Amino acid sequence: MAAKLMPAGQVGRSVARLEGRAKVTGRAEYVHNLRLPGMLWGKILRSTRPHARIVRIDAHAAQALAGVFRVVTIDDIRTVIPDPYYGPAFHDQPILADGKVRFAGEPVAVVLAEDRHVAEEALSLIEVTYEDLPAVYDEVEATGPGAIVHDRLKPAGTFPDLKHLDGKRDTNVALDFHLRRGDAEAGFAASAHIFEHKFRTQQTMHTPLEPFVTAAEAGGGAITIYTASQGPSFVRIEIARLLGWPENKVRVKVPYLGGGFGAKLYIKLEALVAALALIARRPVKISLTMEEQFFTITKHAATIHIKSGVAADGRILARRCEVWWNGGAYADVGPRVTQKSGFTAAGPYDIDNVWLDSYAVYTNRPPAGALRGFGVPQMCWAYESHTDLIARAMGLDPLEFRRRNILRNGRPQATGTVLRGAPIEAVLEMLGERMGWGRAYDRANGPKRRGRGIAIGFKASIAPTASVAMVNLYGDGSCGLYCGTVDMGQGLDTGLAQIVAEELNIAAEAVTVVHPDTDVTPYDMGTLGSRSIFHMGNAVRQAAGDVRAKVAALAAELGMPAGSNVPIAELLRRKYGMQAGNIIGFGSYMPSYVSPDHDTGQTPNVSPFWMTAGTGAEVEVDTETGHFRVLRLVNVADVGTPINPRIVATQLSGAAIMQLGFTVTEKMEFRDGQLTNGSLADYKIPGFFDLPDAMENEIVDSSQPDGPFGAKGVGESGTFGVSPAIANAIADAVGVRLTELPLTPEAVYRALCAAAGNPLAED
Amino acid sequence: MSAAPRTIRFTLNGQPVSAQAAPHHTLVEILRDQFSLYGARESCGQGLCGCCTVVVNGEAVSGCLYLAWFADDARVTTVEHLASGDRLDTVQEAFLEAGAVQCGFCTPGFVLMTKQLLEHNPDPSDDDIRHHLSGNLCRCAAYPEIMAAVKLAAQKVRAA
Repeated sequence: MAAKLMPAGQVGRSVARLEGRAKVTGRAEYVHNLRLPGMLWGKILRSTRPHARIVRIDAHAAQALAGVFRVVTIDDIRTVIPDPYYGPAFHDQPILADGKVRFAGEPVAVVLAEDRHVAEEALSLIEVTYEDLPAVYDEVEATGPGAIVHDRLKPAGTFPDLKHLDGKRDTNVALDFHLRRGDAEAGFAASAHIFEHKFRTQQTMHTPLEPFVTAAEAGGGAITIYTASQGPSFVRIEIARLLGWPENKVRVKVPYLGGGFGAKLYIKLEALVAALALIARRPVKISLTMEEQFFTITKHAATIHIKSGVAADGRILARRCEVWWNGGAYADVGPRVTQKSGFTAAGPYDIDNVWLDSYAVYTNRPPAGALRGFGVPQMCWAYESHTDLIARAMGLDPLEFRRRNILRNGRPQATGTVLRGAPIEAVLEMLGERMGWGRAYDRANGPKRRGRGIAIGFKASIAPTASVAMVNLYGDGSCGLYCGTVDMGQGLDTGLAQIVAEELNIAAEAVTVVHPDTDVTPYDMGTLGSRSIFHMGNAVRQAAGDVRAKVAALAAELGMPAGSNVPIAELLRRKYGMQAGNIIGFGSYMPSYVSPDHDTGQTPNVSPFWMTAGTGAEVEVDTETGHFRVLRLVNVADVGTPINPRIVATQLSGAAIMQLGFTVTEKMEFRDGQLTNGSLADYKIPGFFDLPDAMENEIVDSSQPDGPFGAKGVGESGTFGVSPAIANAIADAVGVRLTELPLTPEAVYRALCAAAGNPLAED
Repeated sequence: MSAAPRTIRFTLNGQPVSAQAAPHHTLVEILRDQFSLYGARESCGQGLCGCCTVVVNGEAVSGCLYLAWFADDARVTTVEHLASGDRLDTVQEAFLEAGAVQCGFCTPGFVLMTKQLLEHNPDPSDDDIRHHLSGNLCRCAAYPEIMAAVKLAAQKVRAA
């Protein structure tokens, strides 16, 4: 992967990660390592019922166990937080169950003890009496009559498009997003062919290897929260709101994260641990187990109906999509996923007549939120499987069919926003070239058949969001970067240091990146949606530019001729008469955005930039068993100009391998609302033996005009096309089409048997 | 917990040490709580991810399952012992150079396992590497870079 070096030689260079040394020696700082004097451990008692009224919680025996400091329920929480409900989109989630549980695994009570084994033992002594309520698990079923998860909707007020839902009763639909462009019905009427398919995706989990962990200590009317969070600024604002305190009394500190992938956004353990520290008047820490992560946040299962009208010449004239997102018991950021991914449901195609409905639905399952792609992998799974089905049915080459319909820069996307800086065509063409698409392909004849498939996808960035940064030159001229963006493993500290270094003409390795600490580092909306290198990168570049301007002003003030190259340490020494002082530069960045119209979803400006990527897959399928192997996976993406080519390549392949897990093995299994595979023994994430035989990462030549040095986000792009590319390759190899994830050998074998006229009996 | 702790004595990273351990305490808990060694860390809690890898009497074990009492009289080595001062071990150097580190939570386990592999097999094939590291998981999925790092480390070890 070649990249252009900028004049200072810092941007475009594969700088080794600044924190790499600390990580290979096992000495990197994580919240996991933190011990506070006098600290208590908290262990969480979780609901055993998917939907039930809590009749009674009897904690006497637990409270009496030697070593137990205290048992805490929602009544105790209310003594420090009178209205203990939180959430980014809806204030629907109680800090502990409040008279009712809405999924099996929901936190009901906490035991505090100095020894965490004692706390754990005490959990088994708490008796909870439940009165079961009817439950609903399926996202489509939940929109009909039956069980209601929340009595009334409580939008957070943060998002204008949720206001109309305030107080709405007797519904599980937390948000309905609609987009209307052109006249879909007229388009269908004018079409020579109509295609209609239904696709499903499964509930999965982020599985960061560092499970959720938060500690807090309170005193003197202030609180400090140490947490593995992707959004320290959000945590501060939300905890301040819950406590009714000003922001400057809530300090949130975040060291390195052992993975995030969208899990560690918004409030997870923070509200609970903050309340516990206030109740106990001692520091409190909670570290979840791997199993408990499955009960904290997950990726949406979804059902997607998609219908297309196609002209005889292969032009798509109209498309209608209905999407149901299984949000589980609490909305988290699901309503945003519903809208932001909903408006791309018709895919990266130029279609005049589009009708989209996207629904965030409450069910009695663990909550779902953001996971690497923010819903786009689910959408892409549907529209790129659908695209292949159409091409095959019409006898068109799948690449040629896409080429005929692709959305090009200068043309309006379904929202009406004119596409800019999105080289979808270049991605498609490079994918075709790398796959050798034009050449004959040997599918083999024996029991093992080969096939190949491609898929392309696109994603809008999250808007509207802001980032603020500060660059500080100290008395000796060395440099610190202060920003609230979290390095959760994606390499952002290094990338941002490179931007500062390029701007100041110093070595990236010489820049210290200060970890997020809301008393020290300025505001950032959150490390999510591949926004950081673009948003924070722009803020950081501005801040470094501000420093440069201030250095020049100081030189002028000291009577230096313009352009004189006096070292900064020398300038400061002359000003202060000793090694002293700072030069501090600020930057803030918030791109413009126009909220989609409520009825039509139309807007002239839906996203500051677009991410485009494609995947090509070659598979070998054993027709006798249904087992298949991915022989080759090709990832192509537009990342603008890469700041750090090696980190970009690692992000692309890491995202693709993660999505490979979501494609072939990962699925949260439930029986009567109970998770049955909440451990790494039963929930299989990719290991060394699950990799494709060969993997290639390519970027197209491109530059994002308003990105810092032409860069844009890359963390999610590698996920988009993996699932449909593999399903398309399986179809190419053996002629069967799977429409539900994961793509298991059993599913392939069942489909092969059904296609041969001998369907197997269901379980 | 009712069972009383007792004193265990072992060699930790070359130094004789003692610790108070109850029968239910795992090795990784003792290292963390009594020696402030955080490089071996519990993740899955079932010995399936390799994040808690510790070397006991020359063998890699899952520190989250390995009871502390079993370490009585043993030689225990953690990732913190590989570098001497500012000088990294060859395997650590190779992981840095190959960019085989993302969030870093799994990295100590991979580094220790690679060290073990190269002690027994200085010229491992791709398949040897996959087999040896199949008990370590990396959710950031830096597997291609880890593969490159192991080969680079092998090269360096052979050249030394």
